[in-house]
Parts: sequence; structure tokens; C-alpha cells
Amino acid sequence: MGSKPRLTGYRRQNGTMGIRNHVIILPLDDLSNAAAEAVAKVIPGTLALPHAFGRLQFGEDLELTFQTLIGTGRNPNVAAVVVIGIEPKWTQKVADGIATTGKPVAAFSIEGKGDLQVIADASRVAAMFLQDASELQREEAEIGDMIMSIKCGESDTTSGLGSCPTTSQAVDRWVAAGGTVFFGETSELTGGEHLIAERCIDDACRNLFQTTYDNYIKVIESTGANLLGSQPTQGNIAGGLTTIEEKALGNIAKTGSVPVVGVLKPAQEPDPKKKGLYFMDTSSAAAECVTLMAAAGAVIHLFPTGQGNVIGNPIIPVLKLTANIKTARSMKEHMDLDVSGLLRYEYDLTKAGDMMMDVIDRTVNGRLCTAEVMGHREYTFTKLYISA
Amino acid sequence: MAITPPQFLLHHDGDNVAVAMEDLEPGTLHGRSVKQGTESTAVLNHAIPLGHKFALTDLAEGDAIIKYGIKVGLASANIKKGDYIHTHNMRSYRWEASRA
Repeated sequence: MGSKPRLTGYRRQNGTMGIRNHVIILPLDDLSNAAAEAVAKVIPGTLALPHAFGRLQFGEDLELTFQTLIGTGRNPNVAAVVVIGIEPKWTQKVADGIATTGKPVAAFSIEGKGDLQVIADASRVAAMFLQDASELQREEAEIGDMIMSIKCGESDTTSGLGSCPTTSQAVDRWVAAGGTVFFGETSELTGGEHLIAERCIDDACRNLFQTTYDNYIKVIESTGANLLGSQPTQGNIAGGLTTIEEKALGNIAKTGSVPVVGVLKPAQEPDPKKKGLYFMDTSSAAAECVTLMAAAGAVIHLFPTGQGNVIGNPIIPVLKLTANIKTARSMKEHMDLDVSGLLRYEYDLTKAGDMMMDVIDRTVNGRLCTAEVMGHREYTFTKLYISA
Repeated sequence: MAITPPQFLLHHDGDNVAVAMEDLEPGTLHGRSVKQGTESTAVLNHAIPLGHKFALTDLAEGDAIIKYGIKVGLASANIKKGDYIHTHNMRSYRWEASRA
């Protein structure tokens, strides 16, 4: 008898595999948020992604904003995109970057027309995109078709003992099955960066990792600031973490034992032919990091937490797990998996890994994660420096 | 697995700090190391909340604090075996400006 496939997803025109089927209304810039949000109200079922930037940025900072916008639209969890910007040139640039995936994209600009005209025009297209997307069927998916990302937040000492080692199990199993995983949080490797360097597959990878790490840390250290309260955060400290080195080793405890096959710039898509674990140069702020990883093509995210981060993302499910029994009880509506039993020796790490994979499988197949149910759609850009 | 839930965990045998697995009162506690599974007891001098750390050995100011078998900071004051360890008596060795 035809048994149900273990995993299913939406195969996109360029062969990538998504696990959600969003039609997004993507503002180019802050000025276009109002029109984008209005379209999503007129056509319920589409999703507006308001954000704070996109004006008078330049150089590398502008390129990262383009890459984030285009990457968001290119993400396999997105079926179709309506881009709305204040002026046509950059709006079209973003639409063109998305269109090479083959998915439906339309661009609208506001100058010379006004919000009301643009809302009417864009809503007609959004309605058509939504109807078309609703007819797409799930088909059998392989882990090798999909990218998973990992990042922890509001960590405490239970993270390094329980939720991060559980995530490690999932990372090793995902990569063993032919999949790709992103980890990042550059500053949060401090004190354990040598452990990552040792795991790089070759000297080229190791040198790129070390240079990337050193450059990020140089910026932070050159300020001479006291980072206590920022990195580690006040939440980390309340949870018992004292130093960046202690926090870093907990962070690294979630990266599995597989080699690091490559180093990516923020929001950079990996080589689709080279599967495995990638390091991405990112901030350790949760929403910034997940936004960049989703823009590089991650379709599902694992988020170990200690004190209870509530983060989600508009286009990818963010699965939160904790080994802190207080958090598991007091913030139940935000947690997808409670592995506190691991620290009570009720089960072992292999079993915790099985529990994690079960939640991943169900989420891939369409079960909404807590962040999706709670409406957490943090879409946050990384700004490299001041605007002109 | 019939293991009594440990009151504290250390990552590796040889770590000089342990983590409270529940809100703990001063007294004799039982715990284990995660990596090797070695069972041990320790005496805690202060009440500490779940997730916070205490010393397994006497430490002098400037001594390395070892967790995961790796240096994760320095004692910024003299610390007695069983004392609570946090930002008041431990600091980063990498980010020297980061201190309470």
C-alpha cells in the first residue's frame, strides 16, 4: 500500500523545496510599509513584511539590504511576491532578483500614483497570486532538498547542557541525510572559535572563517565597551551565564560534530551542490540572524532557548526548544519542545534527538509551530553602518 | 533509566564549577558530570537559583574558571569551594572591559 511519504513540501520552479506556501507583499523601503500592509488587509491570506530600512543606504550596507529583500522573495517557502517601493528603479531591481527563481513576481511603485492607486493595482495581482498558490500541491521531499538553520537565544546554562546538545543531534542527522545547515552568531563564538576553526574542511575554509571572525570582533573590541548586559544579554546573566566564553561554548554545543564545509556572508545562498554545515557571518541578535538565514534559503529554523525567547519569522517556522523546566512551564505557548527531562536523566540524548526530529518532521509537513500560531513574524534587517 | 535527578551538573570531570539543576539551598548536594557520568557530592555555601553556578574548588583571584573542560573566564575575587559564582566574582578573560 502506498504509505505516506515521511516529508512533503512545495517544489518551486527552480527545483528548490519549500515547506510553506506564502504569498508575500514585500516593501522595498519603510515608506512603502503602509501600502504593503493595506494590500495584505484587502487580500487576507497574503502576508506583508514591513521593515525599517531601504532608503539612502549605500555600498556594502545597501547590497546587504538588497540581498535580504531578494533572498526573502527567493526563499522556497514563498510561492509568489508583490514588491512595493516608493520609486520604480530599486523596486524593479528587487523584483528582478526574485524573478530568476521562476516564481511569479510583480513590482509596483508609489511616486506619481499615491498609495490608494497602488493598493488597488497590487491587490488585484496579489489576489491572482494567492489563488494560483492555493492550487499548488505538496509532494514528497528529501532532507537533501532543504536547508535548516540554527541559532539560540535568551540562553542560560541549561542551553549548553540540554537544548543545544539536542539541536546538535538534529544537525548531525540532517547533514547525514544529505541536508544543509546554517549556523552563525559570529561574536558568540568568542572563547571557542578555535573549536570551529578545527572543524573547517580545509585551509581555505579555515582561513576565511578566521578572517571573518577576526573582522567582526575587531569592530566590537575597537569600541572598548563593557559588553556585560549586551553580550551576554541581561537575560543570559539572569539565567546564570557570566562571560562571553561560557555563553559561546553553550552556543557551539548546538552545532553538531560534522565538519564546517563553507563560510557565507550575511544572507548569502550556499552552493546548492555542496551540502553540509555552513558558518554564516551574522549578528547574534535573534531576529537579525534568522532573517539573514531565511534570506539565504533556510526553510526551517531550530531555536534553543533557556530563559524563553519568543522569536518567530514571517516566512519560516522557528521551532523553539528548552531544557529549562521553569521556562517550559511558564512559557509553554512559545515552546515547541521541552527537553528538561534530559537534565533529570529521564531519557538520553539520542531519545531527545528523536523527539526533536519528530517535531521537525511534523513541522515540515505543515504543522504550525508556536511562533506561527502566536503571530511572531520578526523581520529585522542587519544594518552595517549609517545611511547617507 | 533509573537515575535520581541530579541537583547539580558539571560538563566534564575536572571542571571547577557546577550548575544548579533546581533552586538550591545551602547544604550537601548530589550531582554528576555529563561527559563521563561520574557521580559526586558537593557542599553549597549559599542559596542559588536553577541554572546558576558554584565553585567545586577554592579559587584565587586570577585563577581560570573551567567549564566544558575549557577556560571560560577568570576569578575576579578569591572564591571558596561551595561559593556562588557569577558576575560579582568572575569575569571574561577575552573582553577585559566587560565586568560588573
